[in-house]
Amino acid sequence: MAIEPASELSSVEGGTGFEAVAEREHAVGVGPWRLAGRRLRRNKVALAFGVLFLLLVALALAAPIWANDVAHTTTSANHLTEILHEGNKQVYVVSLSGVPVGPQWFAAGGKFFLGADDNGRDVMVRLLYGARTSLEIGIAAAIITTVLAVIVALFAGYMRGITDTILSRIMDIMWAFPVVILGVALGTALSIGGLKVGPVTLQSGSIAIPILIIGFVYVVYMARPLRGQVLSMREKEFIEAARAQGMGSFRIMFTEILPNLASTIVVFFPLAIANAILLEAYLSFLGAGVQPPTPSWGEMISEGIDRITTAPHLTIVPGLMLVLTVLALNIFGEGVRDALDPRSKVRISDN
Amino acid sequence: MLRFIIRRVIGMIAVLFAISVITFAIFNVIPNGDPAFRLAGHSATPATIATIRHEWGFDKPVYVQYEKTMEKIFSGTLISYSTQTNVDTEIRHDIWPTISLAVGAALLWMFFAICLGMYSALKAGKISDRFLTVLALIGISMPVFWVGALLSYYLGFKAGIFPNGGYTSLTSNPVQWAWHLILPWTALSILFIGVYSRLVRSSILDTINEDFVRTARSKGLGQRQVLLKHVLRNSLIPVISLWGLDFGAIIGGGAIVTESVFNLGGVGQYAANSIQSLDVPPVMALTIFIAFFVVLFNTIVDIMYAWLDPRIRLA
Amino acid sequence: MSSTRPLLSVKDLSVSFATEDGTVRAVDGVSYTLAPREILAIVGESGSGKSVTVMSLMGLTRGVNARFGGSAVFGSTDLLTATEEQLERVRGNDIAMIFQDPMTSLDPVYKIGDQIVEQIRAHENVSKAVARDRTIALLDEVGIPRARERVDSYPHELSGGMRQRVMIAMALSCNPSILIADEPTTALDVTIQAQILERIKQLRDATDTAVIIVTHDLGVVADIADRIVVMYAGRIVEQGTVDEIFYDPQHPYTWGLLGSITRLDRERPRRLPSIPGAPPSLLDPPKGCHFRPRCPHEFAKCTDVPPLEAHIGEAPGHLDRCWLSTEEKRVRREVGDGQIGLARPQEAPA
Repeated sequence: MAIEPASELSSVEGGTGFEAVAEREHAVGVGPWRLAGRRLRRNKVALAFGVLFLLLVALALAAPIWANDVAHTTTSANHLTEILHEGNKQVYVVSLSGVPVGPQWFAAGGKFFLGADDNGRDVMVRLLYGARTSLEIGIAAAIITTVLAVIVALFAGYMRGITDTILSRIMDIMWAFPVVILGVALGTALSIGGLKVGPVTLQSGSIAIPILIIGFVYVVYMARPLRGQVLSMREKEFIEAARAQGMGSFRIMFTEILPNLASTIVVFFPLAIANAILLEAYLSFLGAGVQPPTPSWGEMISEGIDRITTAPHLTIVPGLMLVLTVLALNIFGEGVRDALDPRSKVRISDN
Repeated sequence: MLRFIIRRVIGMIAVLFAISVITFAIFNVIPNGDPAFRLAGHSATPATIATIRHEWGFDKPVYVQYEKTMEKIFSGTLISYSTQTNVDTEIRHDIWPTISLAVGAALLWMFFAICLGMYSALKAGKISDRFLTVLALIGISMPVFWVGALLSYYLGFKAGIFPNGGYTSLTSNPVQWAWHLILPWTALSILFIGVYSRLVRSSILDTINEDFVRTARSKGLGQRQVLLKHVLRNSLIPVISLWGLDFGAIIGGGAIVTESVFNLGGVGQYAANSIQSLDVPPVMALTIFIAFFVVLFNTIVDIMYAWLDPRIRLA
Repeated sequence: MSSTRPLLSVKDLSVSFATEDGTVRAVDGVSYTLAPREILAIVGESGSGKSVTVMSLMGLTRGVNARFGGSAVFGSTDLLTATEEQLERVRGNDIAMIFQDPMTSLDPVYKIGDQIVEQIRAHENVSKAVARDRTIALLDEVGIPRARERVDSYPHELSGGMRQRVMIAMALSCNPSILIADEPTTALDVTIQAQILERIKQLRDATDTAVIIVTHDLGVVADIADRIVVMYAGRIVEQGTVDEIFYDPQHPYTWGLLGSITRLDRERPRRLPSIPGAPPSLLDPPKGCHFRPRCPHEFAKCTDVPPLEAHIGEAPGHLDRCWLSTEEKRVRREVGDGQIGLARPQEAPA
């Protein structure tokens, strides 16, 4: 599987298109962000999916509420021998032949809303907690990727010289490892013994391990295009001016160049979350990500596939939630990119 | 051109070396614990562990360990202690399903991606374009193993139209070979069609605005000629390069989940199984194996790019 | 004035584009004619609409957001309403165009010879060998040395000047009656500029082709043009023969253009003269005369759009769009030392 190749994360350049429009009298003072905001607001579809994503996040955050107050159970409590009262009938949560009960909706007062899995666990509760885990990993990893990528891009692109050569070579090498393989290799290696770096020790079951791995693996894909942007920005006059003013390299990197990378970062971020969530699913499926019994979408799909012939809903439901979330992020990300892109839909020749 | 090729090949070797070091580091140096214990996996008896420690040089300095590790991998004597099989033999056997999967999927997805991407680009902004974009995004958002599992279940297990996984070799029964591969090809392609159709679309849209396309139109060439001869030829150059990279990745076992879900017994599945049973020697060898293919195809693609785009040849 | 029927007759051409911020009127009621063997120069700054005007003749500005008005009659066809098929027959065949940036105007993946052969074979039923021979002859004609070898080069192997010559060769390959050159020398060195212009003139002399040359550089124009059309913010503000425009310019904008040419035969000015201000937005142009906000001679009447008319009896082909009387114009354009320029009336030194 290839992740989004770098060409997907194409550079977005702010600037000139906006000044032309800003020349009009009543557009004075409207910066590119405001304009982008307006454009985005006009894109109903992107907004709708953005809201959808937020709803899913809200659902995930509501997981404890559901678990405690509605379903009255936890993610790993198994109710193998329990009996439900479906109308007049009495049904085993997990039948004697091992088939778990299907979605109850509200028939049992919210318990087993989406049914049970063959360990007798409440699928809805696991799904919501799984959402929490997957989103936590996705967002945290995306943050790590972004922060590291920006730092690498700034140093490599601005400092050039040895720093750039070394960093670029490292990036080339990392580029050679397909994402999944690298993630799996790291995941396996670290899941056996945990990670010990200096004073920091991470247990093998810790969620921080997948976060770090996924965050780390995607750095290269974001750093490369960002570095390209830094390279071209470096030659521009405002940087020359800053240097002439006596600003040191660090200050220039972080106070002059970084803000100009902002629009690219804003476009990349939702995509980074989407990719991280997907990678987590792949890793968990292969056993190199989130370890059972902790639920995550990937972990649930993985378990579901093992039992697909008897209980397909165990595969379909978490998969749908994942697809919906990743899709929402992708569509919203597209909308953000379109909003920030100064290339207007009509090309007018300059003469 | 020749100098270009030589330089690329040298670069390739350098990168491969670096990759071998990193792989070694990932498996033997970074993690906590006793590497000999990890390698022994399931058959971890004190005797085995001691043998391993000696053979792999864990009682010696790091660079000796590296040497011995690489020796084992490249001499074909690498053994998986858990399964008592020779890793090299396994890989040679498993490469065939992987190649079958890779070639079929790559051709399939490229064909559809170009058609859909071109159609989308020509209808840019209209409803059909938006619809195709959403479809492409859906394709990108679905994990391949999920799609594969569902296809396998509904079309294979329940409907019985397709076999329920497994692989038949091309030489023994071509029809069955293809029949077994249709679902895996589809599952894998859905993702790539999503990615590539958008790439093709944006590349075409970029190219259409280039000056030389305007020149072609002003020469009085028909729309089809402009599109096929000038626009497509130019816009596919970057796309083909990426295609080469992804193809290389799949051959190296990158379609790890597709193979597992459909039980094709390919290199990727071998990797997946080894990982799940925490059998380290095959995982190490396979990591280098896939990295090798990716780097190889990287180099091939660079060379191909130069062949396709005359401007690059000067570099 | 030629008494033969004009080759091209443009009447009231208007081109607008719908953008997400409003409608841009790039070309607003432009009319001119072109006679055989005539070299017509369309002069203006960026944003004047000069390129859109000529590109629309070839249908190159057509799109979902473009609206056209008026007519552009070539032969018996109105180019603005012609079908794509009709235009394809005209393009490259009867009317050919060369563009501003030779570095990007040729397809990088095909040899230059093949690109010219492609054009020839698109319009004429000849064999590849014949087309190739013609191509080599053409390359030779435009001054490309060792044409027989060069015909198999790729564009990136040639310099800018050479590529522009290839473009000219390509444009003339099917013997068009009109050659449109859109800023043909802007992207080239000054020395090459002169050569290219000279070449265009020679080719006109040899083949009877009429030429429309679009440029912002009056210096270029003085060299080779027969007639000049001056455009500003989408409208023609003055039009006439080269002599009429250079020696008896009637519109303040033209004075500004002439005044800003640096001249070797005059005293060095303290400051390089330029026209203050910037061209107006075409989304929301000024009411009345478009040049009004930048014109030091503007007065009350200027809020009405001045019509493009001839005001000089002896020069019926010399049109301008300014409310000032002819006497006023001849006075106000003098900025001292016999120089023509654009200055505030009080500032004109004695």
